[in-house]
Amino acid sequence: MHVLVLAEHDGDRLRAGTTAALGFARRLANGDGDRVTCLVLGDSVATVADDAAAFCPVLLGSHADLAEPLADRWAEVTAGVVRSESVDILLGASSTFSRDILGRAGGLLGGAMASDVTGFLRDGDRLVWQRPMYAGAVTASVVLHGSPLIITVRPTAAEPPERNSSPAAITPINFDVERLPTSTGHLGLDGRPSHRPDVTEARVVVSGGRGLKTTEDFERLVGGLADRFEGATGSSRALVDAGLTPNDLQVGQTGKVVAPELYIAVGISGAVQHLAGMKNSRVIVAINSDPHAPIFEVADYGIVGDLYDIVPEMIQHLDAD
Amino acid sequence: MSFLVLVPTKRVPDTDGVIRVTPDELDVDTSHLSFVINPFDAIAVEEALRLRERREDVEVVVVGIGGEAYEDELRTALAMGADRAIRVDAAEPLDPWNVACILSELARRLEPRLVLMGKQAVDDDSAQTGQFLAARLGWPQATFASRIDDSDHGAEVARETDHGIETLSVTWPAVITADLRLNEPRYASLPGILAARGKPIEEMSLEELGIEIEPRVELVGLQQVSSQRTGQQLETVTELLECLRENTELF
Repeated sequence: MHVLVLAEHDGDRLRAGTTAALGFARRLANGDGDRVTCLVLGDSVATVADDAAAFCPVLLGSHADLAEPLADRWAEVTAGVVRSESVDILLGASSTFSRDILGRAGGLLGGAMASDVTGFLRDGDRLVWQRPMYAGAVTASVVLHGSPLIITVRPTAAEPPERNSSPAAITPINFDVERLPTSTGHLGLDGRPSHRPDVTEARVVVSGGRGLKTTEDFERLVGGLADRFEGATGSSRALVDAGLTPNDLQVGQTGKVVAPELYIAVGISGAVQHLAGMKNSRVIVAINSDPHAPIFEVADYGIVGDLYDIVPEMIQHLDAD
Repeated sequence: MSFLVLVPTKRVPDTDGVIRVTPDELDVDTSHLSFVINPFDAIAVEEALRLRERREDVEVVVVGIGGEAYEDELRTALAMGADRAIRVDAAEPLDPWNVACILSELARRLEPRLVLMGKQAVDDDSAQTGQFLAARLGWPQATFASRIDDSDHGAEVARETDHGIETLSVTWPAVITADLRLNEPRYASLPGILAARGKPIEEMSLEELGIEIEPRVELVGLQQVSSQRTGQQLETVTELLECLRENTELF
């Protein structure tokens, strides 16, 4: 079995979701002759390739026309590699990057695809994939028909593998630049520089909901509490819709899925769609003024009260320690 | 030639409904559920209508794939303002690949300039169909759109990514998938509902389209997930921090 992992990176290193996907790939390809390869695409991404080579052999496609992860170009190159390298499973971390590019690659490769996989079982020769449906209300077991298989895996479903002491080989790939699609262009990315870790990568996530009234309150209370744990901030959909928080903080069915060591929900009522994004966190704390808020049903610890009193008190206690 | 916008929709259980697995653990019990147009697809319908309000030559065609029960949801889209509807008669559920095969055949016949659809369906949460379709057609794609600025040649699309808002340019014809913040869908007005009664819903069979279903995803089991925890209600911040000290490795 040959598993190819498409690398998502920041131009310098692999993103944490991709290293988790490499761990998942290794669990899949654990038989004699099985192998895992990482495909790194981009422009001037030698350092990313070096990072990936600590885990497994790397195929490197570096070209100015691949500088931005445009789905039509990247999927074309990826599908070409899948065909020429006899890949059985094309894998990526669940993220907007993979949904966009691996989805398109899946369309080029016959559509035997499962998204947001959380685990797998071997049933004789076939693989049974587990994935959430209905905002996580049920877990489906599915068998895919066709080849290759295209899988996106939840980063929380696997641990990153150990880094090898000697790096694996990095091999450039050949592709015809002239044949890359040109009908999509990249005009810009409005990213926010933040001193905090990404919400999917932090050990502690503090999220705010409708109980927060202003952006300043969010930063002072949710941000302030997150900083005491060197954690990340997250947001309910309501605050993003209201323009109080940026979209990339949204946790939930249609946002990011997190499973940190500690998740603190501040002023979040707990709609099913939000719970889908955080209910697998190890310890969940809920702070809400409404004792009947559904968030308390998934919480390990709850305090009913005004977040504007409770959160400053928590920050004060943590500072005093 | 008019600027045809094709809006594929899926019929899904209302998101307020409680999802229960059937005793044989192979299906969801739909007997007590009400159905709606997938919320992301409703956003796509709305955006197509807004496009028609901005441009003169737009025709909005909604598509549903399923049995006769689907006509209620298609009628809702017509009541919102879509010009006409097509129902492709097929047994549900179909996986994203087969839906994309049907839609690409429809696109070949109708020659839309734009296929606008939800970024995912809230039942299976796959988020694949738009990308599959764009790949099959060889068209540019802009997924997870939160703003569309159209021109004669194409559009600038703002998309919601994990790392912020990315802006892409695409040329027509294109596939765009709608994210939550693209718009808020309108409700059907009474005149809209009355007008919808006179609008055509064309029926097509898979045979007419020359499509044979080849399943890619076989569901072999469903398991109910309980996320309930035996939550402990605490009175004070001091108690809470003590509990966290004892039960996490963060301190």
